[in-house]
Formats: sequence, C-alpha cells, structure tokens
Amino acid sequence: MIKLRFFYIFFFILFLFKPLYAKEPSELINELVNEASIILSSSDPVESKIIRLNNIAELNVDIDGIGMYTLGKYRKNLNEDQKIKYRKLFKSYFLKSFSSRLVDYSDPKINVVSEKKINEKYTIVSTVLEETSNNPEVKIDWRIYTKNPERPLIRDLIVEGLSLARTQKEEFKSIMQNNGEDINFLFKSLEEFIIK
Amino acid sequence: MKNIFKLLIISAIFQILTSNVFAGSDGNLDINSKTNNQDPEVKDCFETINRGIFAFNQGLDKVFFKPVARGYRYLPKPIRSGTSNALNNLSNVVTIPNNILQGQFKEAGINTLRFSINSTLGIAGIFDVASYYGLNKLDKEDYGQTLGTWGVKEGCYFVLPVLGPTTVRDSLGSLVNFGGGDAWYNVTIANDTKYFENSDYYYSRLTAGVDFRAKNLEAFDSLEKNSIDLYASVRSLYLQDRKRKILNSSETTETMNDDDWEEIDTQ
Repeated sequence: MIKLRFFYIFFFILFLFKPLYAKEPSELINELVNEASIILSSSDPVESKIIRLNNIAELNVDIDGIGMYTLGKYRKNLNEDQKIKYRKLFKSYFLKSFSSRLVDYSDPKINVVSEKKINEKYTIVSTVLEETSNNPEVKIDWRIYTKNPERPLIRDLIVEGLSLARTQKEEFKSIMQNNGEDINFLFKSLEEFIIK
Repeated sequence: MKNIFKLLIISAIFQILTSNVFAGSDGNLDINSKTNNQDPEVKDCFETINRGIFAFNQGLDKVFFKPVARGYRYLPKPIRSGTSNALNNLSNVVTIPNNILQGQFKEAGINTLRFSINSTLGIAGIFDVASYYGLNKLDKEDYGQTLGTWGVKEGCYFVLPVLGPTTVRDSLGSLVNFGGGDAWYNVTIANDTKYFENSDYYYSRLTAGVDFRAKNLEAFDSLEKNSIDLYASVRSLYLQDRKRKILNSSETTETMNDDDWEEIDTQ
C-alpha cells in the first residue's frame, strides 16, 4: 500500500516537472507541414486559405525576431515609435509574403530528414520537398529558435543552402543604402508592398 | 621571356580586379558582412550600370527565356529528364578537372566513372545508368569555385548581359573554359573536328539555360512577386549560392554567420 502511494507521488511529481507543451523542433515542423498541407489541398477559397496560413505563421514563426534580424545594424538606430511602426509593417509584409509564397502550392509533400542542435538556442531541422513532375526535389532547412523549449519558433528557411532571412536582410540593406539610410524609405517600400 | 612578361601582367591585373578595395566602386555595397573578418565584403562596384543590365536581362527573360521554358515544360517528362541528364553528363568535362584542381580525387574518380558509364551505356548521357550502379550524382564544380577554394576573393560583383550575375573571380573562371579548360568547347569550337559543329556548343548552352529556367519557373515567379528590391535579392542569392558551392558544404551552419541571430532575443 505504501509502495503504491509512493508510485502515485512519484508520477505526480514527474508530471508536475514535465513541461506540459514541450515540443521537439522536428515535431513542430511535422505538425506545421501537415496543417499547411490540409489547408492547401482543401477546396476553400484562396482568401480563406491565406487567413488560415497566416494563423499558422503567427503561432509558429518568430516574426518579431525575423523582423529585427532583417533590419540588421539599422535596428540599433531606431527610436521607440519607429520600432513600433516597423514591427507592425514588417508583420503585415511578412504574412503577405509568406502566404503568397505558399498559396501557389496545391499539396506540397515535405518530409523531415534529420535534426541538428547547434546550441541551446538553435536547432536546424532538415527536410525535403518531394520532386514533382515539373520541379526537382528541394532541400529545406528550418532554423528553429529553441530558447524556450516549450514554444519553439521558426526563424529562418534555408532553401538549398540559401537563407530567406539573409536574402531579405540584404534586400532591406540595399533599400537603406540607396536612400541615404533613411528608415522612412524602407517604411514606404513596405507599405507599397502591403497594398500591392 | 615574352610569355613570362605576359603572365606577370595578367597576374597583376587579376590581383587588382579581385582585390576588394576597388577604386571604381560607386555602389559600395557590402554583402554578407560579418562582425569578424572571416567573411569579407563583396562590393557591387557598378551598381547603377548593373541595375540597368539586370533590367535588360529581365526584359529578355520575359520575351524569350520564360516563354520558351514554359513551352519546354509541355515536353513529356522522359524527354526533359533525358535532356537534363545529357547536359549534366556533359558538365563532367569541366567538373572532373576542377575536382582534381581542388584535391577532390575521390570525387574526380566517381565523376570519371559516371561520365564513362553514362556516355556509353547511358547513350550520350541521356540515361543515368551510373546511379543505378550506386554512383550517385555529385555537385558540379567550375573554375570559379576552384579559384575560390584556392583563396582567391570574389572581387567586384557585376551583372553580364544575357549571362546574369557574376563576380570578377567567377568571370575569370569562366574564361578558363575558353582557354582549353572545357573539353566540350575544345571539340566543338576551338578545334576543327569532323564530329561536332560550332552550333552544337551553342545549342547545348542554350538548352542548359532553358532547362534551368524551366525547373525554376515557380521559384522565380515567387521571388519576383515577393521582393521589394528584386535586384538585391538576386545578388544576395547568387553570392550565397557561390559561397556554399565553394565550401562544398551541405551544412547550413558552416556557410552562415550566426552573430546577428545570437543578438536577437524575443523569448
């Protein structure tokens, strides 16, 4: 009887200390890919697909972190108002770009191949987008931010070794450098993209 | 003596062109800059001109390459695969010497076997028989990559009409092809052989361009649709791709600087 009580207490403590929603990075990608696949293969109108895809992105992608990374050295020069404006604009820009890239795929088949922990904060999940009749197989690596292991977040997609975040960062840098490093030109470019 | 003098002049010009401190710089853009000095900048020396050529290439793509690539997509899959395989097989004549120059002797051996098997049993490379025997396709190598592995810096980034993005190093690498480094060029254009015409070389190059474009139709459309500065995106992608190929690494983290990511804390 005492033994049984001991086991109950032991499992109770174990349960208390186990993070309730701890998720492995590859599990996150599997879930995300499955959800996206269901949405993309559904017969819903495009607008509805976009809303649902954006919901997935908001939950699983570190949009704020990507926004700050993308701004590079210029993030250090922004005042609070500019930071708020940038965050808002970047989020709209990112979601539009994200859903627009995905919505063209009818039913992408992505398989998780491996997972590699770089350090406490980052894990790279390697996946493969299956070959179709028109497109070759594509290797996609996902940079997952794991500082909070209970809520891993995607920070970058590396397609065949090419980082989307870095490409975006260099794009923003080019806009800044060609416009006297004035953040308002970047705001304007983002606004134009959002309303396009 | 005359040859040595010529060699010295060429090497001096080469040094100037591949140096990152280029006096003709008007764009002065840094790409892939790192906080440490392991990853020096690549300068976009003639950005205004480059953007003009890029716009011209975009126009050419719209009226020629894209429509042809779309048409190419209507060909049956076996024809497209066969074309792709044959072109890939042909590229081995540049890859193999570069494997050797980069000290990749095992890869050189595999590619030589692949080339021999596919050119004969695979009927001029149309069928990838070598993969069936366990000799899987390896990455392509070129003289630009070899110069990169030897430590030659990129030099200026620039855009060529029709051919697209390049750097001084990669252009010099391409010149080696025309100076005897490409056996396919040698037997079609450089030497008058009975077996091949000049046009065989040009057709193969054109088909390779169309095949590449057809494989990337959606990717290019998406890039165009989602870029706020397409020119800068293409430049970034080109330089990232070349860097990855030179490092011959499939490990993402080896080719990327993580410093900036480390600074960003959102959790």
